[in-house]
Amino acid sequence: MAERSFTAEVQQLRHGAGTELHVEGILAVTKALLQSGVAYVGGYQGAPISHLMDVLGDAREILDELGVYFENSASEATAAAMLAASVHYPLRGAVTFKSTVGLNVASDALANLASGGVKGGALVILGEDYGEGSSIMQERSHAFAMKSQMWLLDPRPNITAIVDAVEAGFELSEASNTPVMLDLRLRSCHLHGAFTAKDNRRPPMTVKDAIENPARDVSRVVLPPASFQHEQEKVNDRWPAAVRFIKERGLNEVINDGASDIGIITQGGLYNTLNRSMELLGCSDPFGNTQVPLYVMNVTYPVVDDEIVAFCSGKRAVLLLEEGQPDYLEQNLNAILRRAGVDTALHGKDLLPVAGEYTSAAMTKGIAAFLQRYQPDLVVHEPALLLDRDDPASPFASPVDPAAILPRPPGLCTGCPERPIFSGMKLAERETGQHHVSADIGCHLFAINAPFDLGATTMGYGLGSAGASALNASGADRSTVAIMGDGGFWHNGLTSGVGNAVFNKNDQVLVVVDNDYSAATGGQDVLSSHADTPLRSTQHPIEKAVRGIGVEWAKTIDNTFDVTQVRDTFVEAFEAKDAGPKVLVMQSECQLNRQRRVKPEMRKALKDGKRVVRERFGVDAETCTGDHACIRISGCPSLTIASNPDPMRTDPVAKVLDSCVGCGVCGNNAHAAVLCPSFYRTDVVHNPTARDKVLVRIRSWWMRALSRGLERRAARFEVAA
Amino acid sequence: MSSWSEGRRPLTLAILALGGEGGGVLADWVVAVAEQGGWYAQNTSVAGVAQRTGATVYYVELFPPAEGDAATGGVRREPVMSIFPTPGEVDVVVASELMESGRAIQRGFSTADRTTLITSTSRVYSIDEKMAMGDGRVDDAELLAAAGRASKRLVAADFMQMAEDAGSVISASLFGAVAGCGALPFTREAFEAPIRAFGKGVESSLAAFAAGYDAATEPPAAPAPAPVELPMSSWSGASDAGPARPSRAVEARKGHREEERRRIAAEDPGSLVGPGLRPLAEQVRELPEAARSMTLHGLVRTAVYQDASYAERYLERVRRFAAVDPDREGEARLTCEAARHVALWMCFQDIIQVAQQKTRRARMDRIRQEAKAKPDQLLQVREYLHPQFDELTDSMPAGMAKRLRRSRIVRRTVQAATRQGMILNTTSILGYTQLSLLARMRPLRPRTLRFVREQEAIDRWIERALGVAPADGELAREIVECQRVLKGYGATYEHGSESFARLMDAADELAGQDGAAERLAALRDAALADEHGHELEAKLPKAPAH
Repeated sequence: MAERSFTAEVQQLRHGAGTELHVEGILAVTKALLQSGVAYVGGYQGAPISHLMDVLGDAREILDELGVYFENSASEATAAAMLAASVHYPLRGAVTFKSTVGLNVASDALANLASGGVKGGALVILGEDYGEGSSIMQERSHAFAMKSQMWLLDPRPNITAIVDAVEAGFELSEASNTPVMLDLRLRSCHLHGAFTAKDNRRPPMTVKDAIENPARDVSRVVLPPASFQHEQEKVNDRWPAAVRFIKERGLNEVINDGASDIGIITQGGLYNTLNRSMELLGCSDPFGNTQVPLYVMNVTYPVVDDEIVAFCSGKRAVLLLEEGQPDYLEQNLNAILRRAGVDTALHGKDLLPVAGEYTSAAMTKGIAAFLQRYQPDLVVHEPALLLDRDDPASPFASPVDPAAILPRPPGLCTGCPERPIFSGMKLAERETGQHHVSADIGCHLFAINAPFDLGATTMGYGLGSAGASALNASGADRSTVAIMGDGGFWHNGLTSGVGNAVFNKNDQVLVVVDNDYSAATGGQDVLSSHADTPLRSTQHPIEKAVRGIGVEWAKTIDNTFDVTQVRDTFVEAFEAKDAGPKVLVMQSECQLNRQRRVKPEMRKALKDGKRVVRERFGVDAETCTGDHACIRISGCPSLTIASNPDPMRTDPVAKVLDSCVGCGVCGNNAHAAVLCPSFYRTDVVHNPTARDKVLVRIRSWWMRALSRGLERRAARFEVAA
Repeated sequence: MSSWSEGRRPLTLAILALGGEGGGVLADWVVAVAEQGGWYAQNTSVAGVAQRTGATVYYVELFPPAEGDAATGGVRREPVMSIFPTPGEVDVVVASELMESGRAIQRGFSTADRTTLITSTSRVYSIDEKMAMGDGRVDDAELLAAAGRASKRLVAADFMQMAEDAGSVISASLFGAVAGCGALPFTREAFEAPIRAFGKGVESSLAAFAAGYDAATEPPAAPAPAPVELPMSSWSGASDAGPARPSRAVEARKGHREEERRRIAAEDPGSLVGPGLRPLAEQVRELPEAARSMTLHGLVRTAVYQDASYAERYLERVRRFAAVDPDREGEARLTCEAARHVALWMCFQDIIQVAQQKTRRARMDRIRQEAKAKPDQLLQVREYLHPQFDELTDSMPAGMAKRLRRSRIVRRTVQAATRQGMILNTTSILGYTQLSLLARMRPLRPRTLRFVREQEAIDRWIERALGVAPADGELAREIVECQRVLKGYGATYEHGSESFARLMDAADELAGQDGAAERLAALRDAALADEHGHELEAKLPKAPAH
């Protein structure tokens, strides 16, 4: 069960030709796939295309009706290898994953695919996780396009343009026998806009037809001598075919050429920001009527030499807008112009940031500098952002005191089952000393920040264990600790990490966080999920898997909220003298998903008049001394601070917000860490039984009786409120 | 060509929210309203881990329909909209939380020439603020003042409270403010339509919407003097505590109440205590006027904690500070702080005190109220207790405690029994009986090990402060305030005691030096900076080499 359900939205996929659809980017892409007659789809979730996988999952019924095969691939490599179905069969296939990390994982399969080439259209939809909000290293997908010779589409951030790019991508792939990558930028995935639908198309050949009519062509297999032939085909046949197609179809756009003797060349994905910058400077309008000629590269690889030469010839200067580094396009354009003997001045990273996201502020500054140099009369307006920071009219002129703005890094959610794992680990380390901790990718990585400050490196998805493999010395007085999520574990960690540690006799303590879902990517099911789903095979225990691969020392803790048990198990693992990896499977359900499951059930039970007990935690402000030790081993969003109600004390006290889900970690932490007696749990009984009602009367009477003396004594000293 | 600078531009909205606050829903609602009105609307956001409790920006652009039709023949049939908010060009900024409005200002989204800034004055504290051992909260008066300076119109109110009152979420009350602020040309009915269509919690969402709407339609504040005056007056009266601290209503109320008390304390101190303390309260008249209210607090506290004679002992201690206070007629800060910290230390948190706090009626009533439980509704309160061997023996008569502490077998047995901690149901017959019996052990307290130890320590501390007071009243006060580091239980308390000892040693070293008070204050802040004592270690004057 994924974090977000698209069951309502996917109904829009049924609309036929002529309907105007108002949708998010990912839904538009799905519709475009169906309109293109796609035969099979796969992929691996990860922001910003997690929701594309979720949409496809929720659209299962529609896919089935059209005979489209869909699978949740085990990894990006699996997804890329799926495209092998388009090598011999005229099947259109699409896979999706986040980039560049997904491309890293997939590149072996993609390189093989690109070598032999494809018969059916093969489309790789990349969720480009670059710039603000990104969770990964900042690199470019462009490099992968160049190294394996796959084409790279970078459509304008406009829903219609994106839908068109999907359809054109399949055709380009087929016309040039080359896999095509469609780059969806971070913000485009969640772009809301409108486009006009076409009818869905059933694939002319389905995967079933292919299975029943096997075909092979040994010249497409990557093995000498074919592999040498493939390289020749790439440059002699496929590249020219691609260029021909791009030119004929006019995939790249030339806008208002002739309006001036200077020009701007842009990646398609930057077009909207470019137009906004020019609007701000007064040389374009909301409908793109620019006074500076533009060449919009909706295909950024391959670069069409003729079009570049034609656009630049006769111009004094051209500015290239290319986000990220290295400046592959700028180098390429310089080579093209020099080879053609065109002496137009080419500017790019000399006027714009070499690295980092091309925001509207960054682009406006660069474009203004270019225009000021070559045609200053085009700059009729100077937007405030160009002003000096000291200028009172600058948007940065009255900044707030920086000391009042603190960072707000992402952290573990309220009730997260991973929090007590790290609380327990910190407490265990108080007894055993610190360890080197090798982290992985996933929610657990948030433990590298305050308040846990655990984790030294992260080498990639599923590589938590492998990241500690070198730190294996016999005779060391302690082991290293490696962490992995269930997502990473099934992605590759079982072999790359656990198998490796067994084989190389690594003594590490490996924690596998088993929260029932691939949680960080949005709660998709994995092999070890407890969910009973008709479509996938689940409930394969992680401990069974690691024992199967040769681990002797493995323990499963099925309630991570028991901090004391977690702490003691860590201590036990740290002190174990056994050779080989010690695997701790820490199992409790992701709270985000749990709440999504439990809340409706509880609402229903309440409505049906069933007895329901609601738990939440609280802190006695009088008993709390305001030292916040509880927060320093928890970091729960629902455990916060509040002004001290005591007239004599000033430091804020701890407070539990209404958002508390009653997971119990603060109470258990107070126990395990021997913190303070301020925490209490309230259980409120809704729809009480007769017994409950009697009990409440007896107890109230007893408590009043017993407290009478205490209150009477206090009343001698206190003023009645 | 009509241009951007001439006003041919989309309306732009940036929504800064935290993960899980419904910022995306709010953005979707705005888009739905605009599209219903025939406008072009685009909405983008940054997905991914930023939404796991981190800060997220949603960005919306709206373009009017008439011009759209007039544009046929252009390069594009639809307006080209930006996916980034541009600094200095945002019409409406919505911040779900006060520090996030500061972030919007820092990024240049909210500007005085253009922006309607809608911000909730509520705070969701960042981890750094929460983790501090003392008070790590940022200055929200500065945040609010900056919001005034960096907006054309500021709508600042506690939208979180509005949402809670209506049983809804903050996106609904903020959406009401977006509708009410008048920056978007759509009717109230048009704004309400997507809420109705949303289907979930319609009534409560509409109630929150209405509250937000009203907050935004109140007459705007006078433009931008700093610190700003704001229409919401409930938190603007923090008396002498400086400018308003919007999210600190408690402090504001405390300030109000203290002011009131000071007046009463001057005229009729006896009215601020119970009948058993009236004679003692009258003696407060001998103290500097500024310190009387605090001393009365202390009297009540120490008396309830132990008895009237303990309160008398407290008063005697405070009196000694008053005698050497260099500013008796003025602020009398030395006496005030002594009145505060002597009482707090004298009422140290032992088992008896905790039991008393847990069994008071006001506490049980408060918990019922927090849980929104009806009088006849069964409610269980379970305490997470884990008395340690040292804490248990601390509460025993000194002689017995010392004997027990010497026995290793007893220690081990008790430690084994208490390692897991205990969960005690205060609302059960047995649990309440146990706790109220513990509370009734109060008369035995003066003979307990801990009591004896604490009184000795208090006396040493008082003597130290009084010793330097004639020469350096400021240093004396700083010594008194060092009691602040004595907090927590168990290991935290031990750490505090160690820090305290080091601060006292430092005070001895500093006595007689220039700026001794400031330096001690800095050391105290360092002691509260981290729980390992690293910061204090770094700041302490280095001990001479052996």
